[in-house]
Amino acid sequence: MEWEIVIGLETHTQLSTESKIFSDSSTRFGAPPNTQANEIDMALPGSLPVLNRGAVERAIQFGLAVGARIAPRSVFARKNYFYPDLPKNYQISQFEIPVVQGGSLRFFVGDQEKTVNLTRAHLEEDAGKSLHENFTGPHGESSTGIDLNRAGTPLLEIVSEPEMRSAAEAVAYARTLHALVVWLGICDGNMQEGSFRCDANVSVRPKGQAQFGTRCEIKNLNSFRFLERAIQYEARRQIELIEDGGAVRQETRLYDADRDETRSMRSKEDSDDYRYFPDPDLPPLAVTADWIERVKAGMPELPAAKRQRFEAELGLSAYDAAQLTMDRAYADYFEQAAAQLPQGQAKLAANWVLGELSAALNRDEARIEQSPVQPAALAALISRIIDGTISNKIARDVFAAMWAGEHGGSADAIIEARGLKQISDSGAIEAMVDKVLADHPAIVEEYRAGKQKAFNSLVGQVMKAARGKANPQQVNDLLKARLDAQGLS
Amino acid sequence: MAITDQDVARIARLARIALPPQDSARAQEELNGILGLIEQLQAVDTQGVEPMAHPLSAHQDISLRLRDDAPAPGGIPQREALMANAPAQSGGLFLVPTVIE
Amino acid sequence: MTALPDMPLHTEFDSIDALRTALRGGKASALELAQSALQAAQAASSLNAFLHIDPELTLAQARAADEQLAKGQGGSLTGIPIAHKDVFVTRGWRTTAASKMLADYVSPFDATVVDRLRQAGAVSLGKLNCDEFAMGSGNENSAFGPARNPWDPDAVPGGSSGGSAAAVAAGLVMAATGTDTGGSVRQPAALCGVSGIKPTYGTVSRFGMVAFGSSLDQAGPIARHARDLLELLDPMAGFDERDATSLQDCDGVPNAPGRVRRDFDEALRLQDDAGGKPLQGLRIGVPEEFFNESLSPHIAQAVEAALQTYESLGARRVRISLPCTRLSIPAYYVIAPAEASSNLSRYDGVRYGHRAQSYGDIADMTSRSRAEGFGPEVLRRILVGTYVLCHGYYDAYYLQAQRVRRMIADDFRRAFAEHCDVIMGPVTPTVAKRIGENREDPTADWLADIYTLGVSLAGLPAMSIPCGFGGAGKPLPIGLQLIGNYFGEGRLLAVADRFQQVTDWHQRKPEQQ
Repeated sequence: MEWEIVIGLETHTQLSTESKIFSDSSTRFGAPPNTQANEIDMALPGSLPVLNRGAVERAIQFGLAVGARIAPRSVFARKNYFYPDLPKNYQISQFEIPVVQGGSLRFFVGDQEKTVNLTRAHLEEDAGKSLHENFTGPHGESSTGIDLNRAGTPLLEIVSEPEMRSAAEAVAYARTLHALVVWLGICDGNMQEGSFRCDANVSVRPKGQAQFGTRCEIKNLNSFRFLERAIQYEARRQIELIEDGGAVRQETRLYDADRDETRSMRSKEDSDDYRYFPDPDLPPLAVTADWIERVKAGMPELPAAKRQRFEAELGLSAYDAAQLTMDRAYADYFEQAAAQLPQGQAKLAANWVLGELSAALNRDEARIEQSPVQPAALAALISRIIDGTISNKIARDVFAAMWAGEHGGSADAIIEARGLKQISDSGAIEAMVDKVLADHPAIVEEYRAGKQKAFNSLVGQVMKAARGKANPQQVNDLLKARLDAQGLS
Repeated sequence: MAITDQDVARIARLARIALPPQDSARAQEELNGILGLIEQLQAVDTQGVEPMAHPLSAHQDISLRLRDDAPAPGGIPQREALMANAPAQSGGLFLVPTVIE
Repeated sequence: MTALPDMPLHTEFDSIDALRTALRGGKASALELAQSALQAAQAASSLNAFLHIDPELTLAQARAADEQLAKGQGGSLTGIPIAHKDVFVTRGWRTTAASKMLADYVSPFDATVVDRLRQAGAVSLGKLNCDEFAMGSGNENSAFGPARNPWDPDAVPGGSSGGSAAAVAAGLVMAATGTDTGGSVRQPAALCGVSGIKPTYGTVSRFGMVAFGSSLDQAGPIARHARDLLELLDPMAGFDERDATSLQDCDGVPNAPGRVRRDFDEALRLQDDAGGKPLQGLRIGVPEEFFNESLSPHIAQAVEAALQTYESLGARRVRISLPCTRLSIPAYYVIAPAEASSNLSRYDGVRYGHRAQSYGDIADMTSRSRAEGFGPEVLRRILVGTYVLCHGYYDAYYLQAQRVRRMIADDFRRAFAEHCDVIMGPVTPTVAKRIGENREDPTADWLADIYTLGVSLAGLPAMSIPCGFGGAGKPLPIGLQLIGNYFGEGRLLAVADRFQQVTDWHQRKPEQQ
C-alpha cells in the first residue's frame, strides 16, 4: 500500500508591535512576572479591549506580501474556553471573517519549486504562560504559577491549505514563511522566545484516494527540527495504526522532543465547543483602500518581487534567487556586490555570497550584517577573478585572509603581499608546459594511448610547478596545443 | 428539541459550573422551560434580514476605532495593585492547582 | 415595618440646582450634607439599599468639596450627595455586583462614570444594592438580601438597579447611578416613583461597568426629576477612548459633556416660545402592542391620564404599531444571556473573586468556585447563554435573535421616521410585587420586561417618570415611559420636564412615620 501524507500548517507569529493588541502594556520580552499586565490583560471586572493600529498594519503588510485579499471589513470573535493562562477564559480572535484571506507562498524543496496556498491569516491575542515549577498553593497543594506578561501579545495566525505532502515540504514552507515575516519586520522570528510557533495538521491516505484521512493536530512546535521530526513520527504512527487494523482518532497531540514521539493531549471530540460569536466589545474592523495603499507605499521591496528581478535582470537561476531572498540583509548584500561587477557577472556574486561568505558566517555564528568582508570588498575580489588576476581557487585563500583582516582586508593588498598574482604570461606558461612534458614522458605516452586522465595529470603537474598560480584555462589550452603539435611531429 | 440530562452535563462542563445531581435535574427542567420561551424565535421569518450585532448599526455605519501603538511602563507597583485581590500568589505569579498538559 | 429616617439635610432642597446654589452661597457645607446623609443611610439600613458604606471615604470627599467651594472653585456637582450602583468599579469601596463571587473585591481603578462624577465634585455615599450581576427586575437576586421599596417595605423596589431607585426615593441621596440592560434603570425608577433615564447606546462609557450584556448595557442616572437627571447625565456622557463601543460623535455633534444640556436647553426654549401650548406640534406615538392583556388597569389608567396631560400641553397622540414587541422577550433572553455567559467566564477564582475552599484539579476548582459564587439566576442565564451559542444552535438561536433584533430596531425607525417624535407607554405591566412572590417560575419575571426590552435591543434612549399610583393593595408608584430617537436624550428630558412642571407626581415622597 502506498501512502500519501497530507500536511497543513497553522503558524502563530507574534507581531512586533511595542504594545499589546488590546491593551497598552509593553510587549518586551523577559520582564519580571506580571509586571507587563494591566487591568485589561488581567481581565479585571469592567475592563474593555481597544485595538492596536500597529497590529492591523502588520497584518496588512503580510497580506500584501503573499498576494492575499485584505478584507475591507473583518470581525473579531470570542473563542470561548477555560484555561488558567487565558484571563477572560475566552480568546479574542477572528473567526468567520478574518482580515487576510487567501494568498500563497512559493518556495524550494531541494531544487523543486512548490507553491502552497494560504487559507487565511487573522489577528488574535496570545495567552499568558504557565510555569510548572513546584509551587505550593494555599492548602498545600502542588501548584502552577501563571504569568500574564505574554497575555494579549498580538498574534497573526497564518493558516495554509493542506497542500504539503512531506515533512521536508512542511519545513521548507515554514522556513520561507519565517524568512518572510522577518523580512517584512512584522515579527522578530525568535523561535526560542516563542515568536514563531507552528501547529501541524497531519493525516494520511492511500495514494490516489480523494478523501482526506482523519487528521491529528500537533501543537506548539517551535523549531524546524521538531517540526520535521514530529511530522515524520506522526505520519508513521498513523500509517502503522491503520495497517494494524486500527483507526486514527481525531485529537490534539504534543511532540515530546526527548522521546522523539507525539503524545495525545486531549481528544478533539471531547474538546471544547468554542461557541464563537462576534465580540460585542469590538465593532467591525474597517480597512480602506487608502490605508492599504499607504501601507504598501511604506513597505520594502518584497522577496517575490526581488526574486523576480534577480532572475529577469541579473540572470540568476530561480533557485539562487530564492535562496538570496530568504533574508533581506542577504539580498541587500548580494545586490550591492553585484552592482559593482560588470554586466552579466551577477551569478558569480551569487555563488560567492551563497558559498564562501555563508560558510564563513556559519562557522563564526555571525549575521551577514556583521561580516568583516563588506559587499564592495567582495566585489573587488570577484573582479580579480573576472580579470584573470587570480584563479577561483586562489581567490578562496584571499577571501580567508580578508575575513581575518589581513592587510586591512583588501584583496589587492593581500594578492600583492603574498605574490598570488596568477601567471598569465603565455611565454612563462609555455616554458612550464615544456618542462613538464620533458619530465614526465610516461604520462605523455599514456595520453597518446588515449587515456584522458593522463591529460588532467599533466595539467596538475603544470599547476604544481606554477604553485597554483597559473591561469588554468591558459594551461589547458597551451598544453593541448603542445601535445597536439608534438603528435604531428 | 428538548434538552436532555446529557446536554445539561455538557453545558455545565463547558461553562465550568459544578452541578450536583439534584441541581442538574432542576436545571434541566428550567432550561427546557426557557427553551419553550425562546423557541418562538424560530417561527419568525427573517429571510433577508442581517443579524444586528451592534445596536447603532441600524442608524449609522459603526466601525472599530484604533489606538496608537504606544506602550505604557508597567512595573512592580502596578502589579501589586492589580494582584491585591488574588486568592493565591507567590513571587509575582498567580497560583492555581497544577495543570497537567 | 420600617420607619423612614429623619430626612437628611439635602432633602430640604428640591433640586440639585437649588442645593448647588446653597453650597456655593455657603448656606450648606458638603461635610454636613455628607454627615447627615450617612446618618440617614445608617438609620434606613432595613431598606438594604446600600451594600457598602465607608464613612471615612465619603467624608474625605466631602472635605475636599468644601475646600473647593471655599476657593470659589469646583464643578457642577461639588458637594452633592450621590451613590453608585454596585456594578461600577470603585477604588476604596468594594465592588461586589451583589454577588458572593466578588464579596471582598476592591478594584484598583474607577469606572469612567465614577471618575467623571467625582471630577464634577459629587460626593459618594457608597455602593448600592442591585440584582446579582445586574440580572433581574426586583433586586431579589442579590446575594446580600433584597432591597426594599420605600413606599412599601414588603414590596420590591424593582431591578436590577433596585438599591439606586430605593435610595433616591427614600431621600438618602440626591441622585444615583444605575445601569440599564433591558430596563434596569427605567423599571425600578417606575416602581419607586422616581425618574430614570437610559441614554442612547454608546453615549456613556462602559469602561469600569461590570459587564453583563455588552451590546445592551448602558449607564444612566436615577433622580427625583428630569432636571436632576440632566445634572448627572451631562457630565457622565461623552466619548471615552477606553471603550471601543463609545461613540465619538452623535449625528455629527461631538459626544462630550455639554451636548445633552445644549439639546435640553434648546428644546426648552422652543417650548417656552410656543406659549400656552408649549408642546404644540409634538407627535406622541402610542404603540398598540403596549396596551395588551398583561397591562394592569391601574397602569393603563395612569398612562392614559398622563397622555391627556400631554395633550393639554399641545401634543398630539398618534397610534403606532411596533409589531415585533412580543419578540423582544425571546430575542433579549437569547442575546443577553449569551453575552453574559461569556462575560462572566472570567470569574474563575484564579486572579480575584471567590475561590472554593476544597477542590481537586483546576477544572474542579473553577467549577466549584463558580457554583458557589454565583446565585441561581446568574447560573441559569450562564447555562442558557452557553447553550444558545453551542455549535448547532448558534444559527437557530443567537443569529436568529440578532436578526429579530434588527427587525425590532426597524419597527422603531419606521415609527420615528413616519409617525412620531417621541413614543410613550407604560414601563411595567403591574406595580411592584411583594418580595418573595412568584419566585418558582424564573421566566415569569422575564415576561414583565415586555415594554422595556425593545428599546435596549435597538439602543434607543428612554426614560421613566412617575405618573400616578395604583395597585390592588396599598397604592404604589406607576411610571410613564418616554422613548426618543437616537441621541435624543436632551429633547426627551425636556419633554419629561414639561410634564413635571404641570404635575407633582415626582414630588411625592413615601410616608414618614
